[in-house]
Amino acid sequence: MSERRIRVIVAKPGLDGHDRGAKVVARALRDAGMEVIYTGLRQTPESIVETAIQEDADAIGISILSGAHEHYFGEIIRLLKSKNAEDIIVFGGGVIPDGDIPRLLEMGAGAIFGPGTSTKKCIEWIEKTVEEKRRKES
Amino acid sequence: MKHSSVNLASDPDRSEDGCMPGKGRFSVSEKEISKDLIEGRKGYDEKVAKGLSRQPEMKEVFTTGGGIPLERLYTPLDLENLDYCRDLGFPGSYPFTRGVQPTMFRGRFWTMRQYAGFATAAESNARYRYLLQQGQTGLSVAFDLPTQIGYDSDHPMARGEVGKVGVAIDSLADMETLFKEIPLGKASTSMTINAPAAVLLAMYIAVGEKQGVGPGELSGTIQNDILKEYIARGTYIFPPKPSMRLITDIFGFCSDNVPKWNTISISGYHIREAGSTASQEVAFTLADGLAYVEAAVDAGLDPNVFGQRLSFFFNAHNDFLEEVAKFRAARRLWAKLMKERIGVTEPKAMMLRFHTQTAGSTLTAQQPENNIVRVAIQALASVMGGTQSLHTNSFDEALALPTEKSVGIALKTQQIIAHESGATCTVDPLAGSYAVESLTNEIERQAMEYINKIDEIGGMLVAIEKGYPQQQIQDAAYQYQRAVENDDRIVVGVNKFQVEENGEGRDLLRVDPSVGENQKKALQAMKQGRDNVLVKNRLDSIRSAAKDESVNLMPSIIDAVRVYATEGEICGVLREEFGEYRENIVL
Repeated sequence: MSERRIRVIVAKPGLDGHDRGAKVVARALRDAGMEVIYTGLRQTPESIVETAIQEDADAIGISILSGAHEHYFGEIIRLLKSKNAEDIIVFGGGVIPDGDIPRLLEMGAGAIFGPGTSTKKCIEWIEKTVEEKRRKES
Repeated sequence: MKHSSVNLASDPDRSEDGCMPGKGRFSVSEKEISKDLIEGRKGYDEKVAKGLSRQPEMKEVFTTGGGIPLERLYTPLDLENLDYCRDLGFPGSYPFTRGVQPTMFRGRFWTMRQYAGFATAAESNARYRYLLQQGQTGLSVAFDLPTQIGYDSDHPMARGEVGKVGVAIDSLADMETLFKEIPLGKASTSMTINAPAAVLLAMYIAVGEKQGVGPGELSGTIQNDILKEYIARGTYIFPPKPSMRLITDIFGFCSDNVPKWNTISISGYHIREAGSTASQEVAFTLADGLAYVEAAVDAGLDPNVFGQRLSFFFNAHNDFLEEVAKFRAARRLWAKLMKERIGVTEPKAMMLRFHTQTAGSTLTAQQPENNIVRVAIQALASVMGGTQSLHTNSFDEALALPTEKSVGIALKTQQIIAHESGATCTVDPLAGSYAVESLTNEIERQAMEYINKIDEIGGMLVAIEKGYPQQQIQDAAYQYQRAVENDDRIVVGVNKFQVEENGEGRDLLRVDPSVGENQKKALQAMKQGRDNVLVKNRLDSIRSAAKDESVNLMPSIIDAVRVYATEGEICGVLREEFGEYRENIVL
């Protein structure tokens, strides 16, 4: 049975216009063989979750550099729960102080890749986590 | 529109300080390009070649941060075609390579202008007064994202964002608080605001009025550079055409009413932060500049007049030599473009005056104290490159907005350079360096290649529509990331010299979520207390003005802010009339 390619939504919620990191990650994931949908800027949590569900995504990567991470991670995770789409893995990065990471993980984020993280690490984590998820589901 | 090509090779005109062409050559006299030099160079190269097998160099090719290959050694041979008067000239005179003022920092230091703002107007006001007291010489306002994008603090899109990256300004009331006890007649204020710049400028003028300071006395800058928003920064509102109209309206209004105001800060900082090389930073910034100049000329404005109030904003990145060369190349190239392509005759309108910010993207979250060193080197490069104004980043800014302590260190960095380093005591000290002049030439050459390419595409507006600058920038950003992950580029503390750290206990600035709630309440109260009929009338006047391209929008916007129409209300009207920009996603 052929393994379905990992599908990731890379999202920019809210008003933050810094997309260098999101685009570099999106491209790196694509080069690693994943299917990537990059949402572009000014997305709402609703539209991000909608896209993820419609596209049958394995994961959503959230990029926030505006300090609004608790709000957006919270909203997106809450919406996924409300739509029974909790199997979609949530991860992200941006300008997120170490001290805020435990709270995000508590809320349901799988991993936070802060400034300086290599795309390699990101890719490895996504592959491992999606594999685990698929194993559990089958 | 026809453009005469910019002639990099020769300029037959005598420069205004009397240098004769052909004479005044660089200090390399014909004698120096002598047999001795050529043979000496050969000897050196042979000696190196012999020794390389025993002691190889650490890399195959050494390049600048922007990818320009660096020669092992530069000598007069690399500058054989340099003509001092034509290519360098004197500070304060065309082509301004060596600086825009004759005495530069011997007369006056650059403006020490720390970008600041967070949470409420009251808290930001306190930070401004602290910075002024600590010796900064100009103000720089950071607005939060809702304000930058024309949303009031109670708009659904503002949720979670109020006060986070800058100060929340909903109406003139907030602006008055922001500048409390700061006399606008004596201050110089830069406001980082783009799509809604007209509104914030109107508010600043209104605050001045309340202080008894007329618009003619106001000094400052608005960033007002929408093209780079489409390319690299993302805080756009309206589509390009109406955005350019707003910008040229501001140029025209200020020429007549606010003559000491820099109407635009044509920016390369963000283009560089998004990942571009140094040459691309110069190229795309100057190409944006040309687009603005051409739009203003098409709107009937005189470039000899408005050209004097254009300013620029560059990045100060890591590669010291390349950055110094970059600033000099930008000055020389802009002067040539304004003179030869646009036909400007007033020298003051050919001058590239600029603000610099040290590169935020080079700050590391790992071992943040190292950032103090990075910022110092970057700041020194901008000083040796002749900047008019400087913001130095705080060491904790990879993680959060600065604390009072960290911004204090950033400001002191500038003061130490100014008072202790000696770099300010002579003008353009690195001029004549074989390496720096070679790099200056190369960056100018590369930048002009990009500008020619953009011309071929049909100008910057078309190029942006086609995604050309965005693609260039992203490719450069991706290459950079690969270089770091391959250890071809070292980032101390990140891919080499790492240290185990626990970052959780750091003293970082946090913006309390209650700021958003309180701002909403204050906004509601303000709306109840104002004359809402009058506000509606003033908003209607803006709408009429918006519909008629021949009408300057500034007067009706000023009228509306005076009666406490909110920024969101004004931008709401403009959104209805102009529409909203749809991002051209380039991946």
